[in-house]
Amino acid sequence: MRIIVPIKQVPETSNVKMDPETGTMLRTGVEAIVNPLDLYAIEAALRLRDAVGGQVTTISMGPPLAEKALKEAIAMGCDDGVLLSHRKFAGADTWATAYTLAQAIKALGAVDLIICGERATDGDTGQVGPGIAAFLDMPLATYISQISDVADDGLRLNRMVEGGIEVLWTPLPAVLTVVKEIASPRLPTLRGKQRAKSAAIPVWGPDELNLDATKIGLSGSPTRVVKIDKPKIARHGEMVFVKNAADVEVAADQFVAFLRDRQLI
Amino acid sequence: MDWTDIWTLAEAKQGKLHTVSFELLTRGRTLADARGCRLCSVVLGDAIPETELRELLARGADRVYVVDHPALARFLVEPHAKALRYLIETYKPEVLIAAATTTGRTVMPYISMQVHTGLTADCTGLEIDPETGNLLQTRPAIGGNIMATIKTPTARPQMATVRPKSTPPAPRDEARLNASLGEIVRVDVPESLLTARMRYERFIPDESQEVVIEDAEVIVAGGRGMKRGENFKLLADLAAMLGGSVGATRAAVDRGWQSYPRQIGLSGKTIAPNLYIACGISGAIQHLAGMQTAEYIVAINTDPDAPIFQVADLGIVGDVFEVLPAVLEKLKEI
Repeated sequence: MRIIVPIKQVPETSNVKMDPETGTMLRTGVEAIVNPLDLYAIEAALRLRDAVGGQVTTISMGPPLAEKALKEAIAMGCDDGVLLSHRKFAGADTWATAYTLAQAIKALGAVDLIICGERATDGDTGQVGPGIAAFLDMPLATYISQISDVADDGLRLNRMVEGGIEVLWTPLPAVLTVVKEIASPRLPTLRGKQRAKSAAIPVWGPDELNLDATKIGLSGSPTRVVKIDKPKIARHGEMVFVKNAADVEVAADQFVAFLRDRQLI
Repeated sequence: MDWTDIWTLAEAKQGKLHTVSFELLTRGRTLADARGCRLCSVVLGDAIPETELRELLARGADRVYVVDHPALARFLVEPHAKALRYLIETYKPEVLIAAATTTGRTVMPYISMQVHTGLTADCTGLEIDPETGNLLQTRPAIGGNIMATIKTPTARPQMATVRPKSTPPAPRDEARLNASLGEIVRVDVPESLLTARMRYERFIPDESQEVVIEDAEVIVAGGRGMKRGENFKLLADLAAMLGGSVGATRAAVDRGWQSYPRQIGLSGKTIAPNLYIACGISGAIQHLAGMQTAEYIVAINTDPDAPIFQVADLGIVGDVFEVLPAVLEKLKEI
């Protein structure tokens, strides 16, 4: 089975700076990691491959340094990786990103399955996975928590939705986005790290792909960032300090009064 | 034909509309009034009763587009996306908003790619730019560290999903029905579009999700400070008294104290309940991103410097195992 796992390198979300001019993220000086939710997609792909054989190729679009994310995926056990990196790709929104990734996946030849993380922790949109399915005209199943059956012609899936689980059957090829429950991601092995170190990661730009140049990067993106604000989170609420048993009673009274005053009880 | 009208995508399950459909009408009404255009709602489903459709009219829709077909009985991306795309290309709405549910967050990106337009996920604010008439879409990003305002300047329709529970449902106005305001338009979508390669086999209700935490008005959540899984009983008791549901941080879920559907934060659910009670939660930015839009927040934690206190309306610096039992006692007396 040929499985593609698109991944994204994201900044550690606790430490992010924005360019106030363009509204895009400043990536320099911030630790970059593999989007934590993509690790579940990688794990799901590796388990499938280990069960039925095949190849897991991971693909990412980003700056040249995103090679590190692909190497990490290879260290976990992915067979190979492709990096889409070119200044013309820069500033892409989810539309242009999904388009570019879909064109690159087409260039990889016959594919059985594409597994994406639910969303990236920086953009938080969850739109690129469904977008890839739309561009490739493949069946799409989102929020997958389990792959319960693997047959030659398809997969049986559990889809986690509000209030329960939908059981779906999909023919292949298909696109899945997976949630955390699918499997817990393995750690890279020493052997994997060595393999990753020597792995050559091809870098593809617009010239390597069959692309409509008007559909990539910022200029190919239908959306524009108008402005960026810092959310005001501080509420400066009242504080109660519990130092002894009597304070416990006071705190509990305050709690109940708080609920009553706001008609919450 | 020009792109005109504000559309909302209603959600129906087994012939019944979900409340979020009416929340979208609240959003849509403001936008339609600002644009001086019609507010329309789209219903895709099977055997949707006329009374449900009229409910949308009563709650402010000027027009309801209905595609009623057995292929739309259950949510499968392909027939839903193709039917909606057909409607978009036939009637050309200027704006289409949907709920940021598992349905909306699946079908909307799929369609936006195919009709080549922009989509903004999980908006908390939507307004019309008075100068250009564009839809300004505000959403949290980068783990709630920033609020980004986004527009789709030229492509149409302008598409957005909005968080459930972020606005009250549009009120019912019987007078609208009596005055025969609004119309129901049944649309026949070509059969060839209503096919799916994927098959829906069955639904397994998840009892641990009986109260879907995204829908709960009150959430009592626990973190690492709860020390062990059994201690969540205390939170469940309080939740039961307040008619709420139990939530957890990633730390608590990773330790197996609670199930993943209850996880709140960046890698779990984003919720906006009326009341959020954080117990033994320090308030990592990833957790705050998932709950800081709650109307009221109460936090109990032993560490006075815990970041959770910065977002709390009432902060109790103390031992949750002393404070909560005392609170429960007092609530029982009421």
